[in-house]
Amino acid sequence: MSGIRVLVGTRKGAFILTSDAKRKDWKVDGPHFAGWEIYHMKGSPVDPDRIYASQTSAWFGQIIQRSSDGGKKWETPGSSPDGLKGPDKGESNMFVYDGIPGTHMWYDGTQHPWEFKRVWHLEPALGNADHVYAGVEDAALFESKDGGKSWNELSGLRQHDTGPKWQPGAGGMCLHTILIDPKNPKRIFIGISAAGAFRTDDGGKTWKPINHGLHSQYIPDPHAEVGHCVHRIAMHPTKPNTLFMQKHWDVMRSDDGGDFWREVSGNLPSDFGFPIDVHAHEPETIYVVPIKSDSEHYPPDGKLRVYRSRSGGNEWEELTKGLPQKDCYVNVLRDAMSVDSLDPCGIYFGTTGGQVYASRDSGDSWEPIVRDLPAVLSVEVQTLR
Amino acid sequence: MIRVVLPHHLRTLAKVGDEVHVDLNGSPTVKAILDELETKFPMLRGTIREHNTLKRRPLVRFFACGEDISHESSDAPLPDAIVKGDEPFFIMGAIAGG
Repeated sequence: MSGIRVLVGTRKGAFILTSDAKRKDWKVDGPHFAGWEIYHMKGSPVDPDRIYASQTSAWFGQIIQRSSDGGKKWETPGSSPDGLKGPDKGESNMFVYDGIPGTHMWYDGTQHPWEFKRVWHLEPALGNADHVYAGVEDAALFESKDGGKSWNELSGLRQHDTGPKWQPGAGGMCLHTILIDPKNPKRIFIGISAAGAFRTDDGGKTWKPINHGLHSQYIPDPHAEVGHCVHRIAMHPTKPNTLFMQKHWDVMRSDDGGDFWREVSGNLPSDFGFPIDVHAHEPETIYVVPIKSDSEHYPPDGKLRVYRSRSGGNEWEELTKGLPQKDCYVNVLRDAMSVDSLDPCGIYFGTTGGQVYASRDSGDSWEPIVRDLPAVLSVEVQTLR
Repeated sequence: MIRVVLPHHLRTLAKVGDEVHVDLNGSPTVKAILDELETKFPMLRGTIREHNTLKRRPLVRFFACGEDISHESSDAPLPDAIVKGDEPFFIMGAIAGG
């Protein structure tokens, strides 16, 4: 019998929510790594019981955790005495930029050295459970081919000619989105706040900015090649050339692998927001959570509403059944929405108020499957068969 | 035997209790304690001091016999009370951030 596993990263630990396929009764397991920030957890598509977690702290730095049994037991790969290759190798939390890191744009317009801070997003590869990508702050892409034991930078991205023009968004200069084309795993899309979207067609050696069509009024050149604050990009696996983007402001769409973007914000009450996701079975059905503004990170009018478009954008319907419609001032962060692949499709999102809401009917109605967790940073859903 | 008290976050990471013990062969210094600690608990590498440079992370502090010795040389000899195990060597997270 199939079931659902929801991986929830929070400001103070990780939680794993499980249910059978009815999605009515949920078991909450956690906190794992209590007291640590868990920016992201994600399971391998090859082996769902292989889960990677980014555990981080401003005090004690970055840790990578790995589970091989669906999150019951965890280990820091490469940190057993036998696992160490040498004094500077084989350590799962060692993220070292390739070569001389160089500089990027700082908030005040001066150049600032690249400094590793944390892993924002872990993306297990499509064909091998030991192969995983990590998107980090300050923006760079790393990969591990030994189950997270050691990491190497795919430095062609950071060393792109435009690198000195990249600058941090309010949350830091983070690489937060990694999308692998299921039909061509050498084609990878990434998003950086605030540099923009990039694409590689050769497995990460060379990268191309794909920001044509984006318009950002808050930067000196609103149509610049880089400098756009991309909050999140989503893709349906059967249509990898179609990308949906929640930008700082504006919801955007590309139908040519990011070569050109057009706005599809349509009738949204606000086109500011963080997450965006695609229905598991309907590639033109997408979801966003409008937020009032970049100064006021909460829903417009104190009403928590998911908006769904069944036409790939422009025409949006509000989804409110089961969601608080007054006095609600939470945020939904960029990695905190996910879908399952049951039928009907389940939609899940977590809030900075500690609730995880779920819909068993593609968004028509919602209920909290857990509430009063620490602020939710990320939500990933696994459909177990 | 030297007694070392880790901060909460590192206890959970290393899966140890309030206090861990390390035995040193050479001179009893902060560097020697950290070297031995990281050998015994490799998952602590990079959490107390940075990889490669081995510089103390900015929000980590070292205390011995009630004194903050974070800014002293890591090769300086430690007080006898620490060396004899009468007093623990404290590794602490700075009180910052609310």
